[in-house]
Amino acid sequence: MADITLRVNGSEKKVSVSPETPLLWVLRDTLELTGTKFGCGAGLCGACTVHVDGAAVRSCSTPVSQVTGKNIMTIEGLGANGLHPLQQAWIAEEVPQCGYCQVGQIMAAAALLAKTPNPSDEQITQGMNGNICRCGTYERIRKAIHRAANAAGAR
Amino acid sequence: MSPLSRRSFLTVGAAAGAGLVIGFYLPHGSSSNEAFSPNAYLRITPENKVTIVVARSEMGQGVRTALPMILAEELEADWKQIEIEQAGASTLYGDQTTGGSASVHTTWDPMRKAGAAAREMLISAAAITWGVPRSSCTAENGSIVHASSKRRLSYGELASKAATLPIPTDAPLKQSKDYKIVGKRIPRVDTPAKVQGASVFGIDYRLPGMKYAVLSRCPTIGGKVTSFDDKESKKISGVSYVGKISDAAVAVVADSVWGAMEGRRVLNVSWDDGPNKDLNSATVSASLKQAASKKGVSLYSAGNVSKASGRRISAEYELPFMAHAPMEPGNCTAHYQGSLCELWAPTQVPQDCRDSVAQAIGLDPDQVKVNVTMMGGGFGRRLEHDYAVEAAQVSKAINGPVQVLWTREDDMRFSTYRPASLHQLSAVLDGQGWPAAFTHRIIAPSISGQKGLPTPNGVDPDLPDEGALIYPIENASVEYVMTQTPVPLGWMRSVYALQAAFATESFVDELAESAGKDPLEYRLHLLAKDQDVPFFTTTWHSARMRAALQMAANKANWSKPLPAGRYRGVACFGCFSSYMAEVVEISMEKDQPRVQRVVAVVDCGQVVNPSILEQQIQGGIVFALSNALRAKITIEKGRVVQGNFDDYPPLRMEETPAVEVYSVPSTETPTGIGEPSVPPLAPALCNAMYSATKKRIRALPILS
Repeated sequence: MADITLRVNGSEKKVSVSPETPLLWVLRDTLELTGTKFGCGAGLCGACTVHVDGAAVRSCSTPVSQVTGKNIMTIEGLGANGLHPLQQAWIAEEVPQCGYCQVGQIMAAAALLAKTPNPSDEQITQGMNGNICRCGTYERIRKAIHRAANAAGAR
Repeated sequence: MSPLSRRSFLTVGAAAGAGLVIGFYLPHGSSSNEAFSPNAYLRITPENKVTIVVARSEMGQGVRTALPMILAEELEADWKQIEIEQAGASTLYGDQTTGGSASVHTTWDPMRKAGAAAREMLISAAAITWGVPRSSCTAENGSIVHASSKRRLSYGELASKAATLPIPTDAPLKQSKDYKIVGKRIPRVDTPAKVQGASVFGIDYRLPGMKYAVLSRCPTIGGKVTSFDDKESKKISGVSYVGKISDAAVAVVADSVWGAMEGRRVLNVSWDDGPNKDLNSATVSASLKQAASKKGVSLYSAGNVSKASGRRISAEYELPFMAHAPMEPGNCTAHYQGSLCELWAPTQVPQDCRDSVAQAIGLDPDQVKVNVTMMGGGFGRRLEHDYAVEAAQVSKAINGPVQVLWTREDDMRFSTYRPASLHQLSAVLDGQGWPAAFTHRIIAPSISGQKGLPTPNGVDPDLPDEGALIYPIENASVEYVMTQTPVPLGWMRSVYALQAAFATESFVDELAESAGKDPLEYRLHLLAKDQDVPFFTTTWHSARMRAALQMAANKANWSKPLPAGRYRGVACFGCFSSYMAEVVEISMEKDQPRVQRVVAVVDCGQVVNPSILEQQIQGGIVFALSNALRAKITIEKGRVVQGNFDDYPPLRMEETPAVEVYSVPSTETPTGIGEPSVPPLAPALCNAMYSATKKRIRALPILS
């Protein structure tokens, strides 16, 4: 066990966990931020995607000791000041079915748009291919990302 | 039991408080059980809170939106005012099983009648209040209006009065042309929470003092725990309990999921592998082939197949076990408190969870309370109740609240699987190449049979809905040979329809090819006559199948040649009382197909919500493409080989085609939509591949 200070969604959180604990379980079980989901535990599906210093990271495969001192953002932080344009686009395009993977999809898309504000179809596929959706919402995800990009471009 | 045979009865009960409660009886799921249960689906309070209760489980298919839409339509409710409440397991709701694409189909009439009766009572209440004739009052948008005096009372204002009135048994139902809610693209009620990570799935449920548990289960099918050594596990920080909770599982309990997983990683268990340690996929396949010589049970018989003469063509098709792999792995939260056990379960079968938990931990069913959480996919996996039983057993063992969580590997290796199957098809073609006789023998284990559920006349009860022969061929026969397997079986999205459609619709393509005819024209010719096809307990109508198929062909521009390097295939099928036709357009990259476009047409009667319908069909096709390309569970030494999304890879964005969805305009009773899009995809794809390569694919998955 170790006392670790994390910066999550802009605030400092002190936790006492084993340093090798994946960030996912610290978020979900210790900090009770359950928006981030467990899908595979092996970095294969993207359900656990969060941002670490702005980059999309698989929290199920990231030991908490690697992210001390870094800015961690979860879905709870993404929409903290009103819905993010991607969340609005997800609603407008009626993307979610079961919705379980969608938090990870949105976090992956947010990291993509931050780097590539107006992505092509090819760039969307590259950015989103690590995220699995068993309900098969991929085409609506693509449309929602274009919609959010266009909305941002119009502002 | 056919959903259409279920009768519904209206009743009225007093609300808690002075509101209006409209309920209705639904008979319990078993036809042998005549005990009907009262139930309230609608609650209107004097404060004008209008609540509609959903007694089906939301796993992504949109029931929390679609079912209330049906009731709200007849109620003439203000949709924006409706609050939705999820029912847990109850004796009040009839059969609460969510499956078989049946939620809208089976609740269409009861929901409409409940809404209509409430509307009529509210009209009466207003007429009495104002002292005017009923006929001068109308219901609109959550109020009763007296047009000539411009008076208006909200449903809440009328609730107390309405609750005192007798319930009409013959409330008129609206005509579809007057619908304001049904048939509209009403946004799903569950979307905003889902995009904010605020939706509470089973895995997100938390109780004060709750522990987390993972289980070590015998990796060999049917094996048992011999002994275990927990010395290393107990050294892991946070691990508070290690114990055998059933013959086949040891639970590790900790104060975090990670602690429990680490505790399990170092747990030392000795297993008795049991009777299946030599089982492998090859022996399963051999046992199907061996059973093929057995006499089958007739599902369908027309004319006399042995009398037809002509050119005979035969082929065999084979399919493997497949796993559902919903994104949210199995889990359940339980709190055992002596004479009560409460559960929070992501389940398609809350009542089965209640009953099996009660049996497992020695309580009466009414001492078990099952709350239904949001589900991260189901696809049939959550028609089982193993996760609920485990949670209750662990909670009892530690005498406190606990969440049992399955890892992805647990989900893949300890699932229940779509049955592997073998299909023997044979046809006799006449001089013009049309089938004078057609036979299909389905050789597969029975899911219900394995579970000890009834298999009347030796037929798996799912086959009548899922084993269709959609063509009214003069001499035809479909037979079923029931086999046995120790591999755990479950109902997976579209169940046997996936296997039956793959075999039948691939074979019909072979017949068209052999006859030198266009595969679309061949099918349209077989469907040319308007005729009923009475398949076991279901009746199919060739005219509806033909219309859907023709529409798909038109939308896909079948008559126009494709650009170089593009190929297409077609398939059609009927299941869950709906008719589905799909045209798949592909290119070939090396030896692998790349699906470029899918045109999908459904006739599912009246469409309740076109946006949800499109979601279900788009999603069903992606699910089906995953199945067709790569889904295969293999068994080695009695163990499931695959463990995660690397060796059981679902479709990702890069392989997802554009899917165009159309529905045949209809005002018939709504039928299934969650599953019918799955079965035609694989045969349409393989038929397109034949067009490209002249090689016939007779076993799935394609890329094995």
